[in-house]
Amino acid sequence: MDTSLLRRINAYCWEVPQQGAMRVPGRLFGSGALIRDLDDMVLEQVSQVAALPGIVRASLAMPDAHWGYGFPIGGVAAFDPDRGGIISVGGVGYDISCGVRTLRTGLSKEDVLSVLPELVDLLATVIPAGVGRGGQLRLSGSELDDVLRLGARWAVAQGYGESRDLEYIEDGGCLSGANPEVVSETAKKRQQDQVGTLGSGNHYLEVQYVDAIYDQAAAFAFGLKEGGVVVSLHCGSRALGHQIGTDYIQILGRAAQKRSLHLPSRDLVCAPIDSKEGRDYYQAMACGVNCALANRQVLGHLVRQAFAEMFPLARLELLYDVSHNTCKVEDHDVDGLRKSLYVHRKGATRSFGPGRQELPAAYRGVGQPVLIGGTMGTASYILAGTVESEAMAWGSACHGAGRAMSRKQATKRWKGKSVLHELEHRGILVRAASQRGVAEEAPGAYKDVDEVVESTHHAGLARKVGRLRPLACIKG
Amino acid sequence: MATAGWSTFDHGADIGIRGWGASLEGAFAQAAVALMSLMDGSWERVQPQQSFELQVTSYDVEGLFVAWINGLLAEAELRKMVFCSFVPTIAGTTLSATVWGEPVAVREHEWGVEVKGATFSELFAGRQNDGWAAQCVVDV
Repeated sequence: MDTSLLRRINAYCWEVPQQGAMRVPGRLFGSGALIRDLDDMVLEQVSQVAALPGIVRASLAMPDAHWGYGFPIGGVAAFDPDRGGIISVGGVGYDISCGVRTLRTGLSKEDVLSVLPELVDLLATVIPAGVGRGGQLRLSGSELDDVLRLGARWAVAQGYGESRDLEYIEDGGCLSGANPEVVSETAKKRQQDQVGTLGSGNHYLEVQYVDAIYDQAAAFAFGLKEGGVVVSLHCGSRALGHQIGTDYIQILGRAAQKRSLHLPSRDLVCAPIDSKEGRDYYQAMACGVNCALANRQVLGHLVRQAFAEMFPLARLELLYDVSHNTCKVEDHDVDGLRKSLYVHRKGATRSFGPGRQELPAAYRGVGQPVLIGGTMGTASYILAGTVESEAMAWGSACHGAGRAMSRKQATKRWKGKSVLHELEHRGILVRAASQRGVAEEAPGAYKDVDEVVESTHHAGLARKVGRLRPLACIKG
Repeated sequence: MATAGWSTFDHGADIGIRGWGASLEGAFAQAAVALMSLMDGSWERVQPQQSFELQVTSYDVEGLFVAWINGLLAEAELRKMVFCSFVPTIAGTTLSATVWGEPVAVREHEWGVEVKGATFSELFAGRQNDGWAAQCVVDV
């Protein structure tokens, strides 16, 4: 990207000047190197989002931003319902509430290394992963409606996990406003055997150890210590979320056509928040969020069962669960007034700072855990939300490394088997459902996660707490 | 451009599918083959053992292409099938098709990527050069 098109605010924040149809300016976060490497399409998409009705303050892109559809991946925007604000399918994505859950194991790296091959084989057996693989649960229509209404609370009530877990999930494990009546029967049928499955693509389960601590106070609050082992899993709302996205891209598309709503890109189909279509999409999307929260709750339970077989005394505690692809109603300060805004985060993590009532009491003094997934061969990070992020970016941060290369380019450059061999040579055991998937997800196909996290830290979007290194990975 | 064919194309984090042919229906059918090639690395061995009828509607032809691809994704999952042959007919903004394929359980598959949905990105459906083409980016 040509940085001469941007106004440099500081070393980690760049402004896209308001012009043409833009109602607000754009803001890109990242080091000069990351911004220079950005695809020009990110600039175009940030500018197009800035032209949507009711957008407040700025159209934002996090340091891991890359070209998406509608919003860029890493795109964040807030809309005011009192000023004609909209809600957009392309601002959430098809994998609604795709996110990361991290559990502390209480074990050390040495404890786990001694049985790592057996542990990873066991995890690969109990965690359903890959294209077309269903889970053990077969849910009836009414049970699915309960999942969509109650999210992780449904899972805990069924015996998947502990009630303590709910405190450590965004929104207490259940996003309010979900209404299963506005979710299609096709979406529900597709989900009947999908609760408790990992999926494929960039979804994974990793056994990791903490190899660096940067913020002792926050690490203490999060229960992290050097050499400690954690398990992180990355997945979303599975087929139900995909179908809600495909259903509502048509419904909102029709509505936009009916209203003669001029959209800068067809991918940005949207509806006023205060319209039937807008309300229906919000209620359906909330169902998608709850489905994802239930899914990760069941998967977390399966992880606990696997560890119990290998380590009967281990107690796995949920550190936190974050969602990446969401639209949430949140209170923020706008020009000195407290406003309820519809905050879209597409491939971005909520990053609330200390003091927010939404956080569990144990973390309220240090800020929300921000869980940043790396790739199979690189570091992942745990950060903490900041007050500055709330002022700059509605309390948002990056969500991962972000792709640097297309999937097609990656499969031309790497073969799945050679990627697996190289990782094994480095002591990282990978069990994968698809060789092609491994090639597409090769660590080299992603941006440098260290630089993305440094940019996030220096921009003030979240601050570094600890770094994780992978020991083993189950790849969808 | 050949008389009929398909390809995939690069797009940021996702991937595009494209089909072309002597008619709009032919382009839609070819794009469906491109979709299958992403999902199943062994799609060329899929046999037309079973068929079903699929009907989708939208508010314009490009929206219809997105609805077609999304309809196939839903049917693949609900029926636990992979597909090899597509015979669509289009009347206005309604598409009716006979789709052939085999149950997933018949044999081992070299699974590719899980396609979440068709998007409006890079979307085109209409006349191109001497024939017809249809394409879009799919979210993977």
